[in-house]
Amino acid sequence: MTTAYVMLVDDEVPFVETMTKRLDKRGLKIISAFSGEEALKILKRNDTLDVIILDVKMPGMDGIETLQEIKKIYPLKEVIMLTGHATVETAIEGMKLGAFDYLMKPCDINTLVTKVDEAAKKKKSHDAKIEQARIDKLVLRRGYD
Amino acid sequence: MTKDKNTHYYQSLHRNMVFSAIIVSLTPMLLVIGILLHLFQASYHEKTYAHLNELVQKHKQNIDSFLNEKLANIRFIVMTKPFETLNDDEFLQKKLQFLRHGYGNVFVDLGIVDASGMQAAYAGPLKLENANYKDAEWYKNAWQTDSYISDVFLGLRGTPHFIVAVKHSDGVRDFLLRATIDFMAFNSLVQNLRLGKTGYAFILNREGRFQTQPAMDTPPAPDGFEFFWNAVEKTKNKILTTQRVDETGVENLYGVGSLKNGQWLLIVKQQTTDAFSDFRRMRTLALIIFILGAGGIVFMASYTTRRMVRRIRRADQEKEGMNQQIIETGKMASIGELAAGIAHEINNPVAIMVEEAGWIGDLLEEEEFDESENLDEFKRALTQINTQGCRCKEITHKLLSFARKTDSTLKDVQLNDIVTEIVDLSAQMAKYNKVTIETSLQKTLPYITISPSEIQQVLLNLINNALDAMEKTGGIITISTKISEIEPGHIVIVVEDNGLGIPEANLPRLFDPFFTTKPVGKGTGLGLSICYGIINKMGGKIDVQSEVGKGTRFRIWIPFQK
Repeated sequence: MTTAYVMLVDDEVPFVETMTKRLDKRGLKIISAFSGEEALKILKRNDTLDVIILDVKMPGMDGIETLQEIKKIYPLKEVIMLTGHATVETAIEGMKLGAFDYLMKPCDINTLVTKVDEAAKKKKSHDAKIEQARIDKLVLRRGYD
Repeated sequence: MTKDKNTHYYQSLHRNMVFSAIIVSLTPMLLVIGILLHLFQASYHEKTYAHLNELVQKHKQNIDSFLNEKLANIRFIVMTKPFETLNDDEFLQKKLQFLRHGYGNVFVDLGIVDASGMQAAYAGPLKLENANYKDAEWYKNAWQTDSYISDVFLGLRGTPHFIVAVKHSDGVRDFLLRATIDFMAFNSLVQNLRLGKTGYAFILNREGRFQTQPAMDTPPAPDGFEFFWNAVEKTKNKILTTQRVDETGVENLYGVGSLKNGQWLLIVKQQTTDAFSDFRRMRTLALIIFILGAGGIVFMASYTTRRMVRRIRRADQEKEGMNQQIIETGKMASIGELAAGIAHEINNPVAIMVEEAGWIGDLLEEEEFDESENLDEFKRALTQINTQGCRCKEITHKLLSFARKTDSTLKDVQLNDIVTEIVDLSAQMAKYNKVTIETSLQKTLPYITISPSEIQQVLLNLINNALDAMEKTGGIITISTKISEIEPGHIVIVVEDNGLGIPEANLPRLFDPFFTTKPVGKGTGLGLSICYGIINKMGGKIDVQSEVGKGTRFRIWIPFQK
């Protein structure tokens, strides 16, 4: 199974640290950010990120704003929303804006990993299709030559 | 206490309504009846007087012409026959019969009286030949004038009668022809005149003696009819109509006219009560109608007003009940919000704890711990942490859907403590909205006796509103407490934000229930009306100042005991 490259975004530092360790142990390549702004900065540097796990409620740029920004710039990156039950509606709104899925905190680690894998798979298949299309295009062009 | 006050209020409301209804209905009725009665009385009086006047006039003429006719009759005899013919009993007898035949038994007898007062010839039922009238009053008077009508007197015969005499001179001698007029015949002229039950007529001479037989006892007027003589003379023999009280104290209506060249008075007299009996009957009827109408009005006003007041009272009670319900609903709503906030705040630390436990679990999978004798115990403990974490999650879930009535028991509290508590609670939420909450609390505030949870609710509502107002922009909320300088004996709490502000048009309706500018489903429009209700109940006051673009300031005054 291919390793997914994941970014975890949440303002709760201890939560992010522990999650990073646990997901890392489960073979995911993971990078963490503590705010929406930071997440966007990291995205700029790391083109290979597959999945972003995004907390809905954050001070400053909140989950929804970050999601909109990500989807605007990197439409192929998959986003999983993390939420408390008070903000379930916000998470659903996130889905409408293109999030892959949402999970309620505190969540089971295995469920999260499964979701991340699914998201990564989807992303990778999208990538593959795009790659194939590009190749086909090249082949076609060469064919004309 | 409140109930007494209310009862008093409704009683006075009832009283005022009944009073104005009665005044408004009775006044026109009273005016109409009064004016109509007055006008009717005036015209009725006029009519009665006119009728009396006419009656007296007619009878006056009647009687005068009767007397003149009698005079004319005998004058005719005296003028047409010489003394020698007249001075004969038989001739007179013939004339008497002739007169009686023509005028009925008006003429009793006829007689010729010579200058010495001797009755020279006589015809009649009595034996009055050679009677001497030299000393009789009428004779003296008659001798001085051409013709004379005497007052009624008894005379020689002892029955009431009066004499009509004509003096004649044939150049040789002077003599009188006299005729006696039957009193009963003359009396009937007047006695037949009757008015109502008590009205009748009579004739008086100068001395105040009755010249006719009055139909009933006639107590003289206090001044013995002198008043009438004077009045008639003054009005130059016109008819006089007047009201006077007679000696027995009964008020009478008098119609008076002079007869016989002012020697006699014809008086028609009727008791005023009788004369105006129709009017009195009419007045009694009007009074009865008025009393019945007034009774009806009073009853209806009282009855309908009582029903109306009862209905108003019920409506008021319903409204009060509904207000209570609205406050209750609002309490639920803000408790819900509070619970949601707490649940969210608890959720994050629980999530971290569970993750940390999970991480330990992950680490225990490593080979190096395989030999540890407590491995199973570690695993059990971690599972337990996980389970309890999930339980916490359950609880916060429940808390969200859980709302109960707030505690409204009164306590002595330090307001600053409550403010601090609420600010701490709201700080997290404020942070998410990029809002900072600043406080400026006067340290020497007195203790006040209020329900802490209610004032918490008020503050939470105001802070939430302020946060909503600064949702997009962020900003600062300033909460300050101090002893009010404007309102003595009150503590003032000011909650101020520098958010969007409230348009002026919305300010008057701000505290109305269900008034909201938030989209449907976002706000109930109850928050501020509940605040208003709570502060009102505490005996305090709440007001708002706001400027669009600059911010909003709420001020709450709460009374304290010195």
